[in-house]
Amino acid sequence: MSLPFFPTGDDPGPSFVDLLRRADPAPRGVHHHGPAAPAASPAGGSRAGDLPTRAGVPHGTTIVALRFAGGVVVAGDRRATEGHAIAHRGIEKVFPADRYSAVAIAGAAGPAIEMVRLFQTQLEHYEKVEGSTLSLEGKANQLAQMVRANLPMAMEGLGVLPLFAGFDVRRKVGRIFSFDIAGGRYEELEYHATGSGGRDARTTIKLGFRDDLPVDEAVELAVKALYQAADEDSATGGPDPLRGIYPVVSVVDESGYRRLADDEVAERFAVLLDSLRNARAGDAS
Amino acid sequence: MTMPYYVAPEQVMKDRAEYAQKGIARGRSLVAAMYGSGVLMVAENPSRTLHKISEIYDRVAFAGAGRYNEFDQLRVAGVRHADTKGFAYSREDVDARSLANLYAQFLGQVFTHEMKPLEVEILVAELDPLGDDHQLYHLAYDGTVVDEEDFTVLGGDSDTIIERLTSSYRRGWPLEEALRTCVAVLAGPDRTLAPSDLEAAVLEKGSTRRTFRRLTNEDLAEMLAAPAAAGDAGVADDAGGEPPGGEAEASVDSGNGGEDTGEAAANGGEPEPPAVPGADGT
Repeated sequence: MSLPFFPTGDDPGPSFVDLLRRADPAPRGVHHHGPAAPAASPAGGSRAGDLPTRAGVPHGTTIVALRFAGGVVVAGDRRATEGHAIAHRGIEKVFPADRYSAVAIAGAAGPAIEMVRLFQTQLEHYEKVEGSTLSLEGKANQLAQMVRANLPMAMEGLGVLPLFAGFDVRRKVGRIFSFDIAGGRYEELEYHATGSGGRDARTTIKLGFRDDLPVDEAVELAVKALYQAADEDSATGGPDPLRGIYPVVSVVDESGYRRLADDEVAERFAVLLDSLRNARAGDAS
Repeated sequence: MTMPYYVAPEQVMKDRAEYAQKGIARGRSLVAAMYGSGVLMVAENPSRTLHKISEIYDRVAFAGAGRYNEFDQLRVAGVRHADTKGFAYSREDVDARSLANLYAQFLGQVFTHEMKPLEVEILVAELDPLGDDHQLYHLAYDGTVVDEEDFTVLGGDSDTIIERLTSSYRRGWPLEEALRTCVAVLAGPDRTLAPSDLEAAVLEKGSTRRTFRRLTNEDLAEMLAAPAAAGDAGVADDAGGEPPGGEAEASVDSGNGGEDTGEAAANGGEPEPPAVPGADGT
């Protein structure tokens, strides 16, 4: 490796993706794609939302994001499926994108995790080169470009659908952005969920959502949504007390990104299960 | 027919070195010193936005003295190298030593082969998050690398500043003490530096992945003002007699300066820009 210098007219500026294209001839990263592979079989098995999926490749499933009074809650289950089999029980799908934002992923796990790594580096690279951070919308647009660049892979069954949410430090509010497979970027004003259990999760959130939820209730609602999604969708993992594996729940607010401790999430699920049990007992009597 | 004059290679090198040294000497100095839980870097720099000290990677920082545009170009190349390497391999694999070697090669190459040497001195610092084995690589305009222990000084007045710092440096000192001393040795006995004249940052051990943190004007004012209120009573007593009392005076002055800072920064904000980039060299 040598120091990367560029002629003035061909400087990649603060973009790490452009830098990789210039500095690194080997195909790597989500913006490249290899030789054409056979098309995904329609009977691919696992479902990541409405995407065609390729059998034999792990797929991540359900992720949710919702706004509360001072920020956003982002959460995701821990299961990856390969066809009808469980590929991983402990995969993580919610990541800090930078200090004030989170990115969650559904779809083909390999390209998705690579996309997150590229996205994180892109944001940090911009910050270090420019000496200032991108606006939240700027970050969302960057991610949209990466999703768009992945379109050829998506057509082959390796689609990635992220959710991006963060605290907008200029407007002092939490904001959520969803994406479509072609790189369309949509701001969600209340909540969104995607992945195979996304529909069930959205329904649950819809029933409990109101403007300006306190953070506690927002976390509770996210946990409930993931529980209901796991209840309805075979590809979504529920809480696993046997192994101590619980969904990842993160909060982004004025003080930045923080992931709730597993103990706290376990406690939330215990409370939720109690209340569901009581509700059933109440029905019976 | 004209023949180019013959100039001895020794003379060429000497001229270039002199040229570079002159350029660097015009800039203001920068001190980097290890302290109890990391590495402190302090520079005289009235600008809030054109930095001499910057983050390269999780545990690696960069500092430059001399011509701003030249060391900033080196800084950006360093960030690009580090991010590319960390992305290709792992974040753990990015280290200061290999980056310092790349800088050395580049500076040496420019010094011997280009018309004009770079008028810069740079520092690559790495934090040891687990122990006290921090690293300071000091690079000169001709590509000379020095692996410094404890502290180093970049920029024009480095010899006198090193002399002052050698007598007061203490291993494992706390951040406040390190900062006060570094500011005092940068200022010298005849001046005091207010927070708005300074740029400071640390690489500090902690729970966060990115260990680089800038000290804000408020941080600086607070830390520089501290001894006037508490501690240093002994120094204050002795201050009348001994020259190092400059330190005590500095602390008293910066106590006032602490209040002035807001205004100074506010005033400084507007008329500052033209003076700033030039301050580092040309």
